[in-house]
Amino acid sequence: MTRERTFRSEAIVLKRSDFGEADRLLTLFSREQGKLKAIAKGARKPQSRKTGHVELFMRSNFLFAKGHDLDIITQVEMVEAYAALRADLVRTTYASYAVELLDRFTVEHDKHLGLYQLLADALGWFAADEEMLLPARYYELRLLSLTGFQPQLFTCVSCAETIAEQDQFFSAELGGVLCPKCQTADRRAQPITAVALKVLRFLQTRPYDAVKQLHLRRPVHTELEHIMHTYLTHILERNLKSVDFLHRLRQEARP
Amino acid sequence: MANALPKPVQRLINEFARLPGIGPKSAARLTFYLLRVGDEQALELADALRDLVERTRFCSVCFNITEADPCELCSDPNRDDHLLCVVEEPLDVLAIERSRAFHGRYHVLHGAISPVEGVGPEDLRIEELLARVAQNRLQEIILATNPTLEGESTALYLQRRLGDAVPKLTRLARGLPVGGDLEYTDEITLGRALEGRQEL
Repeated sequence: MTRERTFRSEAIVLKRSDFGEADRLLTLFSREQGKLKAIAKGARKPQSRKTGHVELFMRSNFLFAKGHDLDIITQVEMVEAYAALRADLVRTTYASYAVELLDRFTVEHDKHLGLYQLLADALGWFAADEEMLLPARYYELRLLSLTGFQPQLFTCVSCAETIAEQDQFFSAELGGVLCPKCQTADRRAQPITAVALKVLRFLQTRPYDAVKQLHLRRPVHTELEHIMHTYLTHILERNLKSVDFLHRLRQEARP
Repeated sequence: MANALPKPVQRLINEFARLPGIGPKSAARLTFYLLRVGDEQALELADALRDLVERTRFCSVCFNITEADPCELCSDPNRDDHLLCVVEEPLDVLAIERSRAFHGRYHVLHGAISPVEGVGPEDLRIEELLARVAQNRLQEIILATNPTLEGESTALYLQRRLGDAVPKLTRLARGLPVGGDLEYTDEITLGRALEGRQEL
């Protein structure tokens, strides 16, 4: 069987590091092949034809040449730069968060069109929306569903009874809501208010256009963020760098 | 299988292999080259390494790498004290010096803010910069961080922190490189080049 020596794909730049004299090693999430690593030769030189098309978070059309270990980028043209992400530190941080989460939840060469579309959409929301918290929560829940970690929000994870509309508990370990009767099934389960649970269910089941219309009070946002971050760090078994960074930014913003 | 290489040889190979961009084969090649080339050159390299470690330090003013503290650039009386150029790395100082277009002082941050890599403001020489700005009567600070996402984030952060502490806060212009080609220029660069166009 002959193997194609080149292939093309649209892809988003997740990570990049310096490589060799003037090259960049990129981690991309591509539409056709999922996550992959490729070298952009000479991309650190200002005259390079690739430089401005392979920056972080950019969505570009790539042409790759198959290499021994790493594929080599031979041509690239930007499709969407998400320029607003670069003009505001908070937006940059949320975009970093989206990219970091996707990177942690995926392995190389595992094509996933749904995830690709989700990331492209999310970068658009973080670039354009006024408010960052809702798109962040929506992105987390969709990412969890697409990667097989969808939290169970409609029935109790212990007794499988339908969850009533009242304050409940959320167990990161069991992956969903515990009813008050089963609370002891996970002693580290944290309380979740009826409002917060309702919002999570809404986010899990409705399209983003509907979610965007929501207006939540600050304490609900804080609660949701805390629950989602606890769940995500439980699954990933480590802290997320961009979350730590976000906390630092917030601390500094306080008078 | 017993290791056929004498310990000192293996040790040097291992040390070379720790350097960026050098794999085990290159490390072995360099080591054997030094064995062959004669004592003098090898010892000179050893001397240079020792000097590098023992005789360099960070300048206490600008945090560039220097032999004398404060460094040559900071102690040069002919440079403009009212102009400060903030860069990411010591090599950026060299690049700007090569341009011969700047005659002020420098401040080296030693990195750039990166939410993706978890590099925060406290990992850089930012507090030192703020202290320096507070103590000196500056007229202009030029933010010469790289036009990358990290460099832009750093500039945005510094803009926020420096606020009104200095009369003029500027950022290096972004545009077309000399010898570049419009056709291959990305939209962001081209857009910036148009915004920053200059009257002839």
